[in-house]
Amino acid sequence: MSMSPVLSIAGLTKTYDSGLQALKKIDLEINRGEIFALLGPNGAGKTTLINIVCGIVRPSTGKVTVAGHDILRDFRATRQKIGLVPQELATNMFETVLTEMTYSRGLFGYPASPAHLEKVLRDLSLWEKRNDKIMTLSGGMKRRVMIAKALAHEPEVLFLDEPTAGVDVELRRDMWALVRRLREGGVTVILTTHYIEEAEEMADRIGVITKGELILVEDKATLLKKLGKKQLTLHLQEQLSAVPIELAEWKVQLSPSGYELIYVFDASAERKGISSLLQRMGDLGIVYKDLNTEQSSLEDIFVGLVHENRSGT
Amino acid sequence: MSALAFNRYGVWAIYRFELQRFARTLVQSLITPVISTSLYFVVFGAAIGSRMSDVGGVSYGAFIVPGLIMLTLFSESISNGSFGIYIQKFTGTIFEVLSAPVSFVEVVTAFVGAAATKSVILGLVILGTAKLFVPIEIQHPVWMLAFLFLTSSSFSLLGFILGLWAKGWEQLSIVPMLIVTPLTFLGGAFYSIDMLPKTWQTIALFNPVVYLISGFRWSFYGQADVDVVASLAATLAFFGLCLFTVAWIFRTGYRLKN
Repeated sequence: MSMSPVLSIAGLTKTYDSGLQALKKIDLEINRGEIFALLGPNGAGKTTLINIVCGIVRPSTGKVTVAGHDILRDFRATRQKIGLVPQELATNMFETVLTEMTYSRGLFGYPASPAHLEKVLRDLSLWEKRNDKIMTLSGGMKRRVMIAKALAHEPEVLFLDEPTAGVDVELRRDMWALVRRLREGGVTVILTTHYIEEAEEMADRIGVITKGELILVEDKATLLKKLGKKQLTLHLQEQLSAVPIELAEWKVQLSPSGYELIYVFDASAERKGISSLLQRMGDLGIVYKDLNTEQSSLEDIFVGLVHENRSGT
Repeated sequence: MSALAFNRYGVWAIYRFELQRFARTLVQSLITPVISTSLYFVVFGAAIGSRMSDVGGVSYGAFIVPGLIMLTLFSESISNGSFGIYIQKFTGTIFEVLSAPVSFVEVVTAFVGAAATKSVILGLVILGTAKLFVPIEIQHPVWMLAFLFLTSSSFSLLGFILGLWAKGWEQLSIVPMLIVTPLTFLGGAFYSIDMLPKTWQTIALFNPVVYLISGFRWSFYGQADVDVVASLAATLAFFGLCLFTVAWIFRTGYRLKN
């Protein structure tokens, strides 16, 4: 996996005619071959960002390049490299799957390639349905058709805008598997989602966008490590009325019932570790009958970040 | 793959797609206008026409043929030209065209080319139908085809503009119904403007449709309400105006890209 940026966004802003400021100065670089997840609440600017890169929305200011080509000046070069699967199932329902794919490939400036279309269709388990009209397919199948269309011109960068919104669990797993296969084939995948599970499952890096601002871009593992909090809960044998002063340095908390001691610690900074806490408790004669630890998920981190950003402004 | 100078595959994809839609809706697209035109011949040609005197040596039934073709050409070109782009806006499939490496000129060429192709085919089919009812001579076939192509392209372009502009189905039908149909009926589709009272003749000269129908009729029977050069100039001017409007819409983001 080479690390040269395949997509580079600098100082990008977008204000719609209505006056709505959808993006406030976005800077972002996407590496070739990575899976990047753009997380954010509804209306955060995820789709606007994607639509600008794909040429559907005009940027107000800023510069975007795809594989070194400017998206405005060299729009033909950049758009040939990009595939887009939009949020909505927008396709010609009266056409057959194969006709639609042939149309898509031609539209993006490539000569017909039945072999490639067959490969994509087989990959998406759509080959048997190739001569069916799209309106006769199930919702999940239609979504696959949207992906097949976006892959018809062999894009280097694939945008998936909310790929699994309203999709059942099985199809979601299929979708994830497909994304991994695409990455193995060298395709860079940028997806937006508000399912944290999805980003956690798939992404190499995660960007969090809210109110048109990219408030964080981080390696997923680093992010989890850096911001992930661990929580140790000790279920006590006997009720305590207050936290003993000897345990103050760990900043442990007592549950209202008095039967649980809660110790929150950063996964990265474990200087005042669990073992020393447990040892001190042993010295004090505090007996516990059970313990469990919890690690915060990306969801907790995300909610925390977005909340922080909201209260900060 | 190196960057494209002209996305011929893209233009072809849209063009073919639009014609496929035409083939799929063959009944509405072809049979309906043919039936309605035949009805005009039954009413105006056979029933009323037999009691009408010849116009400039041409039987009334034959006289109305060019006007009838034009009448259908106007409305069908506008509806074909507008529907293709409007339905994409309506269903959201337009995203694909907008994100594709096709320039606006290529998009216009493909959509308008397909719409005009349908119109030309339709015009020729109606001509063939008319031949079954009345004797028709075509004195200037090359000019006839030239007027046919130019008018089809111009009105398909007008339809495309309408399709870009329209925000609802009502707006889509308002221009053909409120502007084009009246102008056509008052534009000498069924009569020579010589037949009008003097004042109305002068007023009629401000109706651009008069020039289009007159020129087309001249290519059939060699007679015209206005000079054929004026007709050609008017047709070209109208085509130019539509091109200019499309170019202007493009410069302003063409109501598609906010």
